[in-house]
Amino acid sequence: MYDLIVIGGGPAGLAAACAAWEGGLRRILIVERDRELGGILNQCIHNGFGLHYFKEELTGPEYAARFVDLLSQTGVEVRLDTMALEITADKQVHMVGKSTGYRVERARAIVLAMGCRERTRGAIGTPGTRPAGVFTAGAAQRYVNVEGYLPGKRVVILGSGDIGLIMARRMTLEGAKVLACVEVMPYSGGLMRNIVQCLHDYDIPLYLSHTVTEIRGRDRLEQVVVSEVDERRSPIPGTEMVFDCDTLLLSVGLLPENELTAQAGIDLDGRTRGAVVYENMETSLPGVFACGNVCHVPDLVDYVTAESQRAGAAAAAYVLGEKPADGPVLEIKTGDGVSYTVPQHLRPGRVEKSCSLFFRVNRIYGASEIVVSSGGTQIARFKRENMAPGEMENITLPAKLLEKASNTLTVSVREV
Amino acid sequence: MKELICIVCPRGCHLQVDEDNGYAVTGNSCPRGAAYGKAELTHPTRVVTSTVRCTGGDRPRCPVKTSDVIPKEKIFDVTAALDAVVLAAPVRIGQVVITDVCGTGADIVATKNIGTSERG
Repeated sequence: MYDLIVIGGGPAGLAAACAAWEGGLRRILIVERDRELGGILNQCIHNGFGLHYFKEELTGPEYAARFVDLLSQTGVEVRLDTMALEITADKQVHMVGKSTGYRVERARAIVLAMGCRERTRGAIGTPGTRPAGVFTAGAAQRYVNVEGYLPGKRVVILGSGDIGLIMARRMTLEGAKVLACVEVMPYSGGLMRNIVQCLHDYDIPLYLSHTVTEIRGRDRLEQVVVSEVDERRSPIPGTEMVFDCDTLLLSVGLLPENELTAQAGIDLDGRTRGAVVYENMETSLPGVFACGNVCHVPDLVDYVTAESQRAGAAAAAYVLGEKPADGPVLEIKTGDGVSYTVPQHLRPGRVEKSCSLFFRVNRIYGASEIVVSSGGTQIARFKRENMAPGEMENITLPAKLLEKASNTLTVSVREV
Repeated sequence: MKELICIVCPRGCHLQVDEDNGYAVTGNSCPRGAAYGKAELTHPTRVVTSTVRCTGGDRPRCPVKTSDVIPKEKIFDVTAALDAVVLAAPVRIGQVVITDVCGTGADIVATKNIGTSERG
């Protein structure tokens, strides 16, 4: 019997396991399906990680190594090349590993840190033939940065998520020609800084309100057709541009990987596609916590670390039998302009000093204010110069303010 | 007046740089933003990250970075210099791969620990 099983050894799982160890747990197991710890950070060789958490700019592998080092100073057990297949409501974890075979392990608490997958061509239904040369941006990133293969020489990128932007620069530095980045929305899905340093620096055009409307080629990709779209995202006839290319990279969104979560009967949120969580990252199943990309997809790994440490600490408290007064539960509702919040539920009785609330807006906003209200009464207001869906927002609600709320908290956004 | 997006951190501040007034920067949230705004219009620089070959290890590539920012116009000289590099495992984070790459004053350093392959 383990105190805690952490499913996934990426940044979320590493931070949660370390925090749980620090919180006093001693029988902790991390289950990781890859051959090494670190998760997606291993292929994110660019810099920009850790500015918040370590106050210095690290690359992905360096950020991962910091936590792998921390972990090596604990007695946390790690099983690599091991895939969790099922978790049950009574906290049994079924897993299969290269050297350990099929095992069922039991735990007092579980942290779900499985991360996310990329949306594929099938998910967005792009018409055309089915040649080689169409990759998700993350798959191409793994080929280039980890395996050492260049997937193609003339590249079009569909979607302007951060991985797509990063890969535009990466493919360029490796000698490929990136012809265009095409985004169906009228704004970019990635961080502004990545538009600047990955596209502008290399004169790669960004076509907003455009999409790929045909994929051409028999064995290998030969051309893609790009069309402008109207407000309803329908292609406008007559606006077609043809690009001769051998590679199309898709950066069209990430899907939290929650098959195990759903199987265990844990409540999922249709907006985040992750588990519904409380302020301490606990799911609807007591003793099961979720953190990192499996819960929602923050812009920065630093935020993943922070929320995963909360999940790990909360898992330790749960196992050690600290039973805080349950008290009332606030349901957090998404008001005007807000597409989701994490957490979705909040127990003011468990908030010591303050509670962070993460959310995304549903369109570009100029000077605006974020309004938090309860039962029609405004209890907090935050000003912002500008907001965009590609940039996650974060507000801090002091415990004192939460005392003024009852039943629901609504977060909304309005331009001023 | 020139408008820039600051790339120093993910916050992405919208900067205004006054070229006629000693490159005075407004719109920044920290001193690094002011330094970036001025540098971007006078001598823009970047950190470069890439990979190099690695033999004898448990993986074929080792990720690397420049130890400091380098002039933007030298980016492709630096990536070309990496093509010739072959590291031998084991590799430690921070290990210098190329000293003073392309005369930029920055070193190329490894960003991953790579152990020797079990298969040798």
